Amino acid sequence: MHVPRHWREIPRRYRMEASKCSGCKKILFPGRLICPECGSREFETIRLSGKGKLETFTITRVAPEGYTDQVPYAVAIVALDEGVRVMGQIADCDPEALKIGDRLATQFRRVIEQGKTGIIQYGYKFVPDLGL
Amino acid sequence: MRDVAVIGAGMMKWGELWDKSIRDLCVEAALNCFDDAGTDRVDAITIGSMSSGLFTAQEHIASLVADYLGKKYAPAMRVESACASGGLAVRTAFLEVASGMSDFALAIGVEKMSDVGGGDATFALATAADQEYEAFHGVTFPGLYAMMARAHMDRYGTTREQLAEVAIKNHRNGSKNPHAQFPFPITREQVMQSVMIADPLRLLDCSPITDGAAAVLLAPLEEARKIGKNQPIVITGIGNATDTIQLAQRDDMLRMGAVETAARRALEMAGKTIQDINFAEVHDCFTIAEILVAEALGVVEEGQGGPATLSGHTAIGGPFPINPSGGLKSKGHPVGATGVAQICEVAAQLRGEAGERQIQGAQVGLAQNMGGSGGSCVVHILEVK
Repeated sequence: MHVPRHWREIPRRYRMEASKCSGCKKILFPGRLICPECGSREFETIRLSGKGKLETFTITRVAPEGYTDQVPYAVAIVALDEGVRVMGQIADCDPEALKIGDRLATQFRRVIEQGKTGIIQYGYKFVPDLGL
Repeated sequence: MRDVAVIGAGMMKWGELWDKSIRDLCVEAALNCFDDAGTDRVDAITIGSMSSGLFTAQEHIASLVADYLGKKYAPAMRVESACASGGLAVRTAFLEVASGMSDFALAIGVEKMSDVGGGDATFALATAADQEYEAFHGVTFPGLYAMMARAHMDRYGTTREQLAEVAIKNHRNGSKNPHAQFPFPITREQVMQSVMIADPLRLLDCSPITDGAAAVLLAPLEEARKIGKNQPIVITGIGNATDTIQLAQRDDMLRMGAVETAARRALEMAGKTIQDINFAEVHDCFTIAEILVAEALGVVEEGQGGPATLSGHTAIGGPFPINPSGGLKSKGHPVGATGVAQICEVAAQLRGEAGERQIQGAQVGLAQNMGGSGGSCVVHILEVK
């Protein structure tokens, strides 16, 4: 992967920047140029808390290239407290013990390494929210 | 718009076809289609292929196929909507004929998937998901549907046995389909003991990697009557709709908005309700998908897809047979070909030429083809006229 493709995603991946619509106040992640709800083109940049509730998940046993050293790993859809749903892996857990409704929070983690010479891509992963 | 009939349908034996290239697949299906139609007149060609580039490194396939089909200089185009590319090719050919732009329009669906290894095939398929917000997190297509399956089990009490029954039923149907990649029955034990791919989905919940093509020839109804070789099967309704390709961005991940909308549009166009439909070919890329689609089409109530499958509601001989061909699960899923093959099966059923898997008295059939985790859908309604 060429560097710019990852670089331009850094605001979302490192800081969970989202767009709050100035018209209808809907929060969009990732941000867009036009609000799908009200058509407004005015947004305020906010940062998501990363905290939320596990809506559904799977345990990946057969992984795509670049992720095979991580199996088995959980991938989830999490409903953040701001009302936005986000997909991400769940780290630092026994995937078999996860339950829908579990509280989760994001942490800054390494997501994928492109072999020995490629770039290392970081981003958010969910972990159990211990309220710390 | 003019009435448009399917005057020819061309299938071929699907599978891992090492001796056949992407152009061979297209030409074989198209020639079978011409033989069935009793004419090889073609004024326009549309080809549905999800990713000939990633699977075979060959783009520009519309011109390539036109040439190898002996139709050099014919107008030809390729359309793409992930796994709904085939359905979209039929819709595009329909518009050619309905509008009066062309009289005879050939729609081909194709995917040649075994020219790359499993890892590259998985990568190519995953390009139908949001690359930055889904694939980046290491999710696969089985994983996306597994998340829907788990949510369905949690909300509605759908069971593993009910999911397995989709695969069992479709293999039972496919065992009577000579074109199917896996034309044999499977047992519940085989499904439940197959290797786990993405919990709770196992290998036998998943449609396979397949090489194959399918073709249909469309023409104005009056031309179909003039040729008179086959019972004209008229496309009376078409619906096409989109949704977010990112599963997490749906209002409700268990409601397939593109399917609901495409079906509503097709039914309205045909002047019918789902109760008027005798059977359907649907996009069972995973067992949970058939359950979600049956609910989105209104064949069963929301949440009832699992119990309905287990009770035989959707079996051949049941009140609303689904996937008499064997579906994607048993027949195979060369992604771009699937939507066209569905039209071939509906036409075969309506003509009464489906052999051992014939649904008695079928007069109106529906084909539902979708892309990704439900980000696109094409629905066709066909009738005997």
